Formats: sequence, C-alpha cells, structure tokens
Amino acid sequence: MAEIRNYTMNFGPQHPAAHGVLRLILEMDGETVVRADPHVGLLHRATEKLAESKPFNQSIGYLDRLDYMSMMCNEHAYVRAIEELLGIEPPPRAQYIRTMFDEITRFSNHLLWIASCGIDLGAMTVFLYAFREREMVMDMYEAVSGARMHAAYYRPGGVYRDLPDRMAPYKESRWTKGKNLKRRNEWREGSLLDFIEAFAKDVPSKIDEYETLLTNNRIWKQRTVGIGVVSPEKALQLGCSGVMLRGSGIEWDLRKKQPYAMYDQVDFDIPVGVGGDCYDRYLVRVEEMRQSARIILQCVDWLKKNPGHVMLKNFKVIPPTREEMKDDMEALIHHFKLFTEGYCVPAGETYAAVEAPKGEFGCYLVSDGANKPFRVHFRAPGFAHLSGINEMARGHMLADTVAIISTLDLVFGEVDR
Amino acid sequence: MNEPAKPISELLKSRFGDRVSLGSSQNGIMTVEVDTGAWLEVCRALRDEDEFSFEQLTDLCGIDYLSYGQEEWDTEDASTEGFGRGVEGMGPGRFSWADRPEAGDLKQRFGVVAHLLSFRHNRRLRVRCYAPDEGMPIVPSLVEIWSSANWYERETFDLYGVVFEGHPDLRRIMTDYGFTGHPFRKDFPLIGNVAVRYDEQKKRVVYEPVEIEPRVGVPRVLRNDSRYNTDELDQAADAAAEEIAAQETAAGEQED
Repeated sequence: MAEIRNYTMNFGPQHPAAHGVLRLILEMDGETVVRADPHVGLLHRATEKLAESKPFNQSIGYLDRLDYMSMMCNEHAYVRAIEELLGIEPPPRAQYIRTMFDEITRFSNHLLWIASCGIDLGAMTVFLYAFREREMVMDMYEAVSGARMHAAYYRPGGVYRDLPDRMAPYKESRWTKGKNLKRRNEWREGSLLDFIEAFAKDVPSKIDEYETLLTNNRIWKQRTVGIGVVSPEKALQLGCSGVMLRGSGIEWDLRKKQPYAMYDQVDFDIPVGVGGDCYDRYLVRVEEMRQSARIILQCVDWLKKNPGHVMLKNFKVIPPTREEMKDDMEALIHHFKLFTEGYCVPAGETYAAVEAPKGEFGCYLVSDGANKPFRVHFRAPGFAHLSGINEMARGHMLADTVAIISTLDLVFGEVDR
Repeated sequence: MNEPAKPISELLKSRFGDRVSLGSSQNGIMTVEVDTGAWLEVCRALRDEDEFSFEQLTDLCGIDYLSYGQEEWDTEDASTEGFGRGVEGMGPGRFSWADRPEAGDLKQRFGVVAHLLSFRHNRRLRVRCYAPDEGMPIVPSLVEIWSSANWYERETFDLYGVVFEGHPDLRRIMTDYGFTGHPFRKDFPLIGNVAVRYDEQKKRVVYEPVEIEPRVGVPRVLRNDSRYNTDELDQAADAAAEEIAAQETAAGEQED
C-alpha cells in the first residue's frame, strides 16, 4: 500500500476568503487540517514607529487605517489615551457624539462582517442586503467628517465639529429620479440626527431580513454550528476579547465593566453565546447590531435636547476656531504653535482600551514630556485572535477553516499595524 | 464584581516584598517592575493566586528607552540666549542607515511591558521588566503562563530584538522573510534600510538601499513649563474658560 503523507499548502495571501493579506500555511492530512501556521505582516506599515516621529494629533489619521472597518473606535482609544495623560475630559455633548458614532461604527463593522462572512460561506444575497445599509452608514460618516471611511473625527478634547444641521440629499440622475429619488431622499429632509434616528428606527427590520436569510438556513447552520469551538478557558488563555469572548459564554464587555464616554448613561444588553462556535459568534454579532441601534436612538434623543460645544476651550491643546483666530492675537499664536509644534504631553504612561467591534482595542502610550509620543503600542484584537487559529482549526476540514477565519472577524490593517 | 478589601499596591507589597518595585498608579492602572530573575515566578503567582487572578495577558510589547527625554530643539533658555531655530540632535526619523546614532551604554535600555487583566476583580495591571544586557537582551518567556504571549513575544523579538528564553517558536512575525535588524529600535532609521522592487531584467524581486531622504518636519521639543502641568491652577483656568464659553453660548442663544 502506498504511504500517504501529510502535505503542506498555501492558503492566501491572495485568497478571497483570507480577508486581506493572510498567508496561512496549512499542513493537511487529506482534507483535515493538522497544523495551521499563519504568516502575517504583509501589511505591516510600522504605524507605531511612524507615530513616534510626529506630533500627537498628526497620528489620528493612521488610526483609521488600522482597523479600516471600524475607524472611529480606533481613534477613540488613541484619543482617550492622550486625554488621560493630559488630564482633560471632553464636554458631555462630545462624549455622546462619540458614543453614538462608536455604535454606528460597530453596526457598520458587523454589517460588513455579516456580508463578507456570508459570501465566504456561500450566501450571496446577504452581501447585497448589507451593502444597501452600509451605504447609509458611510453617508453618516461623510456628513460628519467629510470622509466616507477615514474620518479623523475624534480629537483630544472632543470631536472635530458639531453634527451638521442638514443632510445632503441625492441629486436627480439618470438612475435616480422621480419616485425613486423621492424615496431615497425621504430621510434626508432634516438634520443628520433626523437621518440617524430614522435609520436606527428602521434598522431592526433590516436585521430581521438578514436573519431570515441566515439564522435558520440549513446550509448556514451546517457550515457554522459546532465549527471552531473555543471553550471559555481557552478564550482567556488565547487573549480573546469582544465577541470571541462573549460567544464562548463569558459576559465581559468593557462598555459595561469599565465604562468610558457615555456608556454608563445608556441602556443596553450584552448578548452572550453558549457553545463558543461560529454560529454563536454570528448570533452574538446580530444581537449586538440590534443593541447598537438601541444605543444610537438614546444618544440621538439626548443630543437633540442638549446643544452645546463639542470641543474644550483649552487652547493649549485644542486649536482655536478660525473666527477666534482672526479676532485675537493670543488665539493666532496658539494656532500657530499647535500646528507647527503641537502640544507637549506630561511624562507618564497610560493604557486606554475601548470595546471596538472586534474586541478590546487598546492604546498603550508612553510620553516623556515631548510633543511627540515616546512609544505608542496598539493592542489590536485581531492579532490575539489570529494567534489562536492553530488551536481552533486543528482537526477541522479545509472548508471549515474559511468559516473560522471569517468569524474571527479579521482585518489585516490592525493585525499587522 | 467582588472588590477585594485591600488596594492592589498593598497586596503586591505584602506578597512579593522586595522582588517587585511598585511604580506609579496612573489612571487606575498600577505599574510594577520586576527583575528578570523573578519575572516568571511573579507572573505565575499573579495568574494563579486568588487575590490577583489575572486570567488574561491582554497585551505585551517592548520599549527601547534609548533617547528617552531627549529633545532636538532647546527651548529652556531660548529667551536668555536668543532664539535658535536650528534643530540639533537626531531624533526619531531624522537619520539614515549610514549615520544612525551610536547606542552608547545605556543601562536598562530594553523594557518588556505586559498588561494583565483580571476578570474576577475587574482590574488591570502593568508589569515591566528590563532586559539586563543591552547587547543581547534576554527575558524569560511567558508563553507557558499565558499562551496569548506567544505572538506578542514574537512581535517584540522581531521589532526590538529582545530574545525570549523558553519561547517555543521565536520567529520573526511582522517583517519580511530574511529581514536584518530590528526596526522599532530607536537607532533604526524611520526610512528603513533596504527597498524592494521587481527587476524586469532579472525577473525577480531585488533589494536595494533606500533612496528616500529622511524627512521629519516638526522638531521634538520638551516643555516643562507650568502650562503643561495640569495642576489645580490649570484646571481652574480651564473651568473659567468653560464658563465663559458657556455664557457666550447662552448669550448667543438669547440674541437669536
């Protein structure tokens, strides 16, 4: 009888289900995975080192490009770390805006996750459905920051500017006209907050649509139930956080346990899985989308009632407005110093973590009192999750590896940094 | 969450005594410095003992303390000596491979910082150890205590050249296959050393010295004047400014 040996194969880096640039070296016994060795770093841009050569504020844009599916949550961690070292606290309206946009971001992240995971496992329709809603989320980003993805909207001391009073409507075109145009502009008559409110009220029905497609779908369940089981003990050992932890039945959410921004003021529930398999992680994410909509509505409600400023008036850290600059010599000097030199952050070190959609996104910041950080380290959830893939994928079939990679919710911008 | 009666600093002091030195506690996270000799023992106790029970290693990273607190632009006595605009010194990003600074004999150059998280007590802890030998920094590996340390230690080895003794699989992780040097060290240029390109004639990828020039616009400055100490005076000033702003907003609304 011929001797059958294990063979090694490359999965990626150009595989569509590798979610970017993952090169996974799989040692196979027939179609069963014996060992998975991920090679990462193909997208390594040395963000942390780049940040060391720039004033604090100039690195905010890099943060968007780490986990480019949940841009504002990354900014939030970095900005919070700076604020903690400076000893400043943004005004409540800014905190509410951050809470709201963190949740919009979480929704958008999970939306893209459900879309791409669906495609990976052979469900095409959910992708099309999800992108319909994603477009509106991108419009919210655009309305508030001018950029559809890389917002750079959070700043130390608040957010860049207040929410706009007007939401840009669609213009008539060859494809969008008449009744169609009217329907698409229905929510865009009022302010951004009106748009977000209408969206968040409507979105549970959209989530129902995704669930109709997937939750009881026989193929979907066959591909996910019992696949990639992570026990609670294993989840702790592997450094899992976020959905990976909650899917395994550990009720842990930084928004509840170590609240930041205005999360202690809003009401929401934390979904927890039972089995720790891919299907539970799917259910947790879907429920989190519903909870996000709930939080968004509460924030909209507060923001409508409470106008105010969204930035501190501390000109040692926050640039004065253009009007103030034209009016006041001091303000002009501050503006000049802030944009040529930046502000110095008192010496010290801090670790600020936020519950990003993918898990705990942390920023470890060391300052020696200069206008540039001495050392920044970003704790990306995906990095820890991917490191455990060998243990999760071992003994599964090749096709299940795709389901596992997909439900880890990896983005290589943050894994490689 | 069942909060233990004693603060973490006392618990650590009574449990470990001289083996740890307690640093400052900033924003609710205590910093503990441990010798490499006691590194494994202390970490194991931090994980296993009920009063600590740090079940998870959330994060681990390296720090290169070379050039800590150095500035490129002297601001302290600028007003007495006149104002020099010249940037002195070679801070991060300001040198190329050929003229990278000499590392000198800085003691405690490489640090390894781990962030621990206790789910039971809802508490974080920062533990740090310095590699004793700067030429060949060696620190015991934490992989057998928390398996999440595996990739973090590989990353630290790759970027800082800290060798983790007892690590099962200490390969480079972030940099290219066959990379030389440890890019996050402070004496490694920001522009890098070699650039990679596909050569049409040779029909393969070739490595060449980088052509770009170092270009960092803003000098690194340290300002220790009272503006940056957020003491009571500053906080009072901030509060006053806030109040004025609030009044202005209120006045503006009345006019409307």
